[in-house]
Amino acid sequence: MAMHDVLLIGAFFVLVLAPAPWLGRFIHRAMEGQRTWLSPLLSPLERFCYRSAGVDPAIEQDWRRYALSLLAFNGVSLVLLVAVLMLQGALPLNPQKVAGMDWPLALNTAVSFVTNTNWQAYSGEAQLSYFSQMIGLGVQNFVSAATGLAVLVALCRGIARRSAATLGNFWIDLTRATLYVLLPLAIPLALLLVWQGVPQSFAHAVTATTWQGAEQSLPLGPAASQIAIKQLGTNGGGFFGVNSAHPFENPTAFSNLLEVAAILLIPAALVFSYGHYVKDLRQSRAILACMLLLFCIGLGVAVWAEWQPNPAWAGLPVEQAGSLEGKESRFGITASALWATATSAASNGSVNAMHDSFSALGGMVPLVNMMLGEVIFGGVGAGLYGMLLFVLIAVFLAGLMVGRTPEYLGKKLEAREVRLLVLSLLVMPIGVLLLGALAAILPAGVAAVSNPGPHGLSQILYAYTSGAGNNGSAFAGFGAGSTYHNLMIALAMLLGRYGIILPVLAIAGGLAMKRAAPLGQDSFPTHGPLFVGLLTATLLLVGGLTFFPVLALGPLAEHLGQLAGLSW
Amino acid sequence: MLDALRPTFSLLLLMTLITGVAYPLGVTAIAELAFPWQANGSQLVDDDGQVRGSQLLAQRFDGAGWFQPRPSAADYATLPSGASNLAPSSAALAERIATESRRQHGSGPVPLALVTTSGSGLDPDLSPHAAMYQIPRIAEARGIPEAHLAHLVREHTERPLFGPPVVNVTGLNRALAALSSGEGVR
Repeated sequence: MAMHDVLLIGAFFVLVLAPAPWLGRFIHRAMEGQRTWLSPLLSPLERFCYRSAGVDPAIEQDWRRYALSLLAFNGVSLVLLVAVLMLQGALPLNPQKVAGMDWPLALNTAVSFVTNTNWQAYSGEAQLSYFSQMIGLGVQNFVSAATGLAVLVALCRGIARRSAATLGNFWIDLTRATLYVLLPLAIPLALLLVWQGVPQSFAHAVTATTWQGAEQSLPLGPAASQIAIKQLGTNGGGFFGVNSAHPFENPTAFSNLLEVAAILLIPAALVFSYGHYVKDLRQSRAILACMLLLFCIGLGVAVWAEWQPNPAWAGLPVEQAGSLEGKESRFGITASALWATATSAASNGSVNAMHDSFSALGGMVPLVNMMLGEVIFGGVGAGLYGMLLFVLIAVFLAGLMVGRTPEYLGKKLEAREVRLLVLSLLVMPIGVLLLGALAAILPAGVAAVSNPGPHGLSQILYAYTSGAGNNGSAFAGFGAGSTYHNLMIALAMLLGRYGIILPVLAIAGGLAMKRAAPLGQDSFPTHGPLFVGLLTATLLLVGGLTFFPVLALGPLAEHLGQLAGLSW
Repeated sequence: MLDALRPTFSLLLLMTLITGVAYPLGVTAIAELAFPWQANGSQLVDDDGQVRGSQLLAQRFDGAGWFQPRPSAADYATLPSGASNLAPSSAALAERIATESRRQHGSGPVPLALVTTSGSGLDPDLSPHAAMYQIPRIAEARGIPEAHLAHLVREHTERPLFGPPVVNVTGLNRALAALSSGEGVR
């Protein structure tokens, strides 16, 4: 690693962690309707939203109404987005005369953006009009992230409140998350990206005549505004097909630093927001320690693995260094490995290099990050509510070990909570192993595999893990555009999103109603190093036991095969 | 359920107006004022006012007399661009690396960047080493002294704080074209 690699990683951690305590406090205040420095500007707009929507800001919802509002909003968004994508040929802002999508692709794309996944079975510059990008996908980039944030604050309230019947109001949380958190961050980031070279224009693509007289079309569009929110909202859906590897989507080493830090900016801050909700920042620090530990392990493995020379190329008259296949010169190997780790730790899914061409172990890092449930920082809201589920599981396990009723922050975890926790734990195995196994058996599923050998299984595995984990990155050689995969991955995405959100809200509703016992001497502390260790072990055990066998058949088999001189 | 419909539709409409219309339009307005060149794709325009490409996108340069950018899996197409997505264990990839490295072999091992396709298929940059490696071939084809070309590469080398040093091949070839047509280096 060279000096610039060290500087990049250092700057990345500073940009993610330094603002987190401040931003976390700001998000807590904004979501609770307290006055912030943006209030003079935004509260008139906020009040206008509530008035036109017929929402009374004084009325709160119980968990069922909260969930129903969320499902109604997401459901209607889904239907309208399918319609926009299928009809884009007849809609305005379509200078390239892009045709409408067929229904399986439109459904897949709509599910993908409503669930904050941004799995892309299409190439944006060729298959989407500016209208679809802005009005369709761009809006969902905001509101799907806001939905995740809303669910998180509902869970935080559920844990923090005592003997309460309600969790807040979904409409208010959605509005505040969009207006106070996402927009104010997206605007400056978008402008910084334009400064670095990302296009932001409504003009028709420009046709250039190259120095050798060929024609080259320069794709334009409102890219920077979309890219800013796709990074901040942990959405990940690129304006261009190859995502942040495209020089227009990520033009310089500096834009790369901004974009990769933007992935984890809000998720890291939310850990501190949680501490403000439960009025105990020690809880935040413990969770953050666990996240950082797992993040650094993943980063270390990915960087190391990507710098290893490819054994299949030994003896050729070529530089024996880490692979550059699928990587961009302006980022290099370390920045590509850092991005892969960050994008899969969060449920972002944008890429600045092609994970399909990563070394077997380097490509396994994002896979494992996703399999752990994307709770290492994780998506906006989604990461922390996923992590809090694991915190509850760790507390439950600790309770079993000492033979006492498990308590978290003074609240007893009883049969109902544990049943719901187990339900949420089943989502990833069903989405990844069941749907993945189907895809590996059925001819319609296998047809999408582009690399033979164990890497082919990794491709299927990556696709369904990415779908069920609402990540959206891919081993992109996988031919995800078939009707079979469009529909099955859409199913995986729905399962992965609402199969977690509904148990989370149900748990939040149940916890809110409980009385909190005062924390006694004999209650298990959830902030010390012991708990950090227990939480990390729980995560690795649950993920490891479930997914190790299939990892052995995919990336591990590929790695060992390569060491033995095999290629496919 | 029904009483959720009014907030659903009203808020979806309002959020669409705020985040789907006002936000991109506002960003575009500021961007076109503050950074008009970048906002429109960093276009390279020649003296006749013709657009010759983008500073940020690689283009195809055939022939021994040009600096070759990274190979492109999509043949430098922009609508859409693409990558090879070949696995590290791919026999097809190993074969391509073998053929290409033998073809380009000069003094010392071939830089990896010259035989591996980029992520975007439009990578405009090379490491200074990968650009320098091509100099003997270009010097011979054009009859320009190698030292002259090395000077050109050094002139076009950028050393960003948070990334590897790079040479923009599109810009480098543009300067090369100007050098050969006697206009001098820009």
